[in-house]
Amino acid sequence: MTLYRFLRKSRIIIASLIFILVFIIFNDLYEWIPSGIARTVLSFQFVPSLLTFLATFSLIAGGGFLLILLITLITGRVYCSIICPLGIMQDIINRISRYTSKKKRFFRFKKEYPVLRYTFLGIMIIALITGLGWITVWLDPYSIMGRAFTYLLKPLITWGNNMVAVPLFHSMNIYSFFHHTLLHPYVLPVILSLAITVAIGYFAWKRGRLFCNTICPVGTLLGIASRFSFFRVRFDRNKCTRCGKCAAICKSECINIKNYSVDNSRCVVCFNCLDVCPEAALSLRPPLKPAKTKSYLRTAEAAQESVGSHDSNRRKILLTFLAFLVGNRIYALKKNRMPENQKDLLINEKEHPVAPPGAGTIERFNNICTGCSLCVSACPTGVLQPALTEYGLAGFMQPHMDYLTNYCNFDCTKCGDVCPTEAILPLSLEDKHITQIGKAFFVKQNCIVFTDETDCGACSEHCPTKAVKMVPYKNGLLIPEVEQAICVGCGACEHACPVGAPFKAIYVDGNAVQQFAEKPVVKELKQQGPEEDFPF
Amino acid sequence: MKRRDFIVKGAGIGLAGALISNFGGLSAVGMTAEEGQYDLVAVRGGEAVDMFDKAMEALGGMGKFVKSGQKVVVKPNIGWDAPPERAANTNPQLIARIVKSCFEAGASQVVVFDHTCDQWNRCYSNSKIEESARNAGARVVQGDDESFYNEVSVPDGKSLKKTKVHKEVLNADVLINVPILKNHNSTTVSLAMKNLMGVVWDRRYYHSNDLSQCIADFITYRKPDLNIIDGYRMLTRNGPRGVSTADVSDLKALIAGRDIVAVDAAATLMFGSDPKDINHIRIANEMGLGTMDLNKLSINRIKMG
Repeated sequence: MTLYRFLRKSRIIIASLIFILVFIIFNDLYEWIPSGIARTVLSFQFVPSLLTFLATFSLIAGGGFLLILLITLITGRVYCSIICPLGIMQDIINRISRYTSKKKRFFRFKKEYPVLRYTFLGIMIIALITGLGWITVWLDPYSIMGRAFTYLLKPLITWGNNMVAVPLFHSMNIYSFFHHTLLHPYVLPVILSLAITVAIGYFAWKRGRLFCNTICPVGTLLGIASRFSFFRVRFDRNKCTRCGKCAAICKSECINIKNYSVDNSRCVVCFNCLDVCPEAALSLRPPLKPAKTKSYLRTAEAAQESVGSHDSNRRKILLTFLAFLVGNRIYALKKNRMPENQKDLLINEKEHPVAPPGAGTIERFNNICTGCSLCVSACPTGVLQPALTEYGLAGFMQPHMDYLTNYCNFDCTKCGDVCPTEAILPLSLEDKHITQIGKAFFVKQNCIVFTDETDCGACSEHCPTKAVKMVPYKNGLLIPEVEQAICVGCGACEHACPVGAPFKAIYVDGNAVQQFAEKPVVKELKQQGPEEDFPF
Repeated sequence: MKRRDFIVKGAGIGLAGALISNFGGLSAVGMTAEEGQYDLVAVRGGEAVDMFDKAMEALGGMGKFVKSGQKVVVKPNIGWDAPPERAANTNPQLIARIVKSCFEAGASQVVVFDHTCDQWNRCYSNSKIEESARNAGARVVQGDDESFYNEVSVPDGKSLKKTKVHKEVLNADVLINVPILKNHNSTTVSLAMKNLMGVVWDRRYYHSNDLSQCIADFITYRKPDLNIIDGYRMLTRNGPRGVSTADVSDLKALIAGRDIVAVDAAATLMFGSDPKDINHIRIANEMGLGTMDLNKLSINRIKMG
């Protein structure tokens, strides 16, 4: 085996392993993967790592991106070939495309689209610097792949688990497998992920790494770095016979045999051309003489002005339209159709959505989160759901605490444990117990005890700190009372409240700035010992 | 022998027994009732498992309730993600002992489950019930998906006319109800009747349609064959979930009997409240689903240790 064949095979093996690992992390139905391993694996994803660095200024926590830049400066964009899950997915799709195609398929050299490339890079840089998380969400390749895993593949895995694994293992008396909730409560994130994945998949099928070399800002940035990289794919004009095998196999469409050049900014160092070249005219080697470089920054800025504003406007219009679809109007209509005895109910006016525990402030969270949805996938109760209109434009598709779906388990810290960007900071269990992500508000007018004069108390029942307690009302009935100082905003009360949303008798309004709640005061208990008698 | 048969067959004896039982304190004072013919057994001062053994002895053994080849459902309270010391869930050793005892009586299978409030798998594992029940040979099943439930009608219910009940309960020959004795912020106590909210799917319907009436209504559909109230640890406040072990009292008690209203009434008295003040117990009593008048019953009071 030649060196390049060995490198190519190694590339395929490593990429497959990393893809499978990330896939497992996103589909960890049984919480088998320790959170530390998930974090370590994902700490080499470029954008999450960069955001972690910006959040913590720690090279230990967020130095992965520097390492990737360094590697790119040495050997080029290996990141795109073996670490980026979206890149690997495109390779898989392209490989299938070539295997299944009846006639042999060839790539051909194509010119790059510099305006698009540097526009997207410019937008991404501005988004990262000014904290426009909602743009990062759509451009970060890892997060795009994360959403595909969470919203498209996880339901399939869950289905397989429920239909095949559970019955099979249970019949063998192995009970560590169990039924999982299959359907996602919201369909819009699924549709959006599907649309994006299909689009990228289509281009991968037809044109290989077109997405990576046109839209992906990480690809473009590493592309700039790889123009200067030490080892590059280079031609030996004396050996080359212009057979064209290299160009035909190049999924980046970046080998120009006419003038013996490789566009290293688009090359993802897959070793395919090196392996296929019969004359060994291509090699990965240091320069024989210093390479000339061009500045592309001016192009980027110019392109930014012409295309950027138009593009983001269109996105805004689209999002506003979607917001109208799911906004308050539906509630208004719903209220008109309500039975007579419920007409007096008050609508829950929430000032802020509830961000996951460890988000710090909503603003900070919106700035950093890339919407990769790993926390949504990992959340054992499903309370974390992608936001539609809750955060406004700033946090579209970022996770929020959706108390209609479930409530936050008091003793769980999973989301902060897995978050690869530190948008959700990891919390110790002690800190989690007093982290107040919102406060409960009681609406007496909506409460069953008030409207029906019957027992209820579902809210107080579920409250982990007893911030919601039942106090005497009338006719021996008890009615809820909230002590906000010890409320952590877990949403158990809101979820349990039997009154239909948005007329819950108790709801949690998010804290724009998360804070520590007071610990519940523990009173001495008058012990009733076993030596006492029977009271009957 | 059922309570009604007992009264019919031996009204005089029964009355005498009930009167004597009023003096209380003397163990096994209702001696007019032969071994195995008590309506209710209350035990204090032992370990959970030993108290159960004593109680079953007094009730005539598990064979009175479980016949050979029958399918049994044991329904503990596993509602909360809390360890046994917090007394939010039924004692795991007690559940294991009950499961074993069912098998000893010839049960073909024993199923344990609950429709939990907190995340179900954490409840099952942190309560230690999943592990101990499974080790005792029970089949521990999930209760967290609507597909596990079938709709039944409740013809005699006032507020609850129909509800979805877990298939395992519908398929069971014997239902053994094993709640823990605890405080409940809304219904004051959560005992045997309240524990059966864990075999239905839609609890929200209960809460929005007169909770106490619905709790009583369900008993018209299915009375458990045996109720065992675990009072080894008692959650005295902040129930039903509890906040910390500071809410727990070491009561070391156990109450068992067929009459779900009577065991609830007895446990309520132990908790320190009056059964008349507990709406669902009062309603069930009025509907004739059992009696909360303990004077009508032959009670065996056993003190251990």
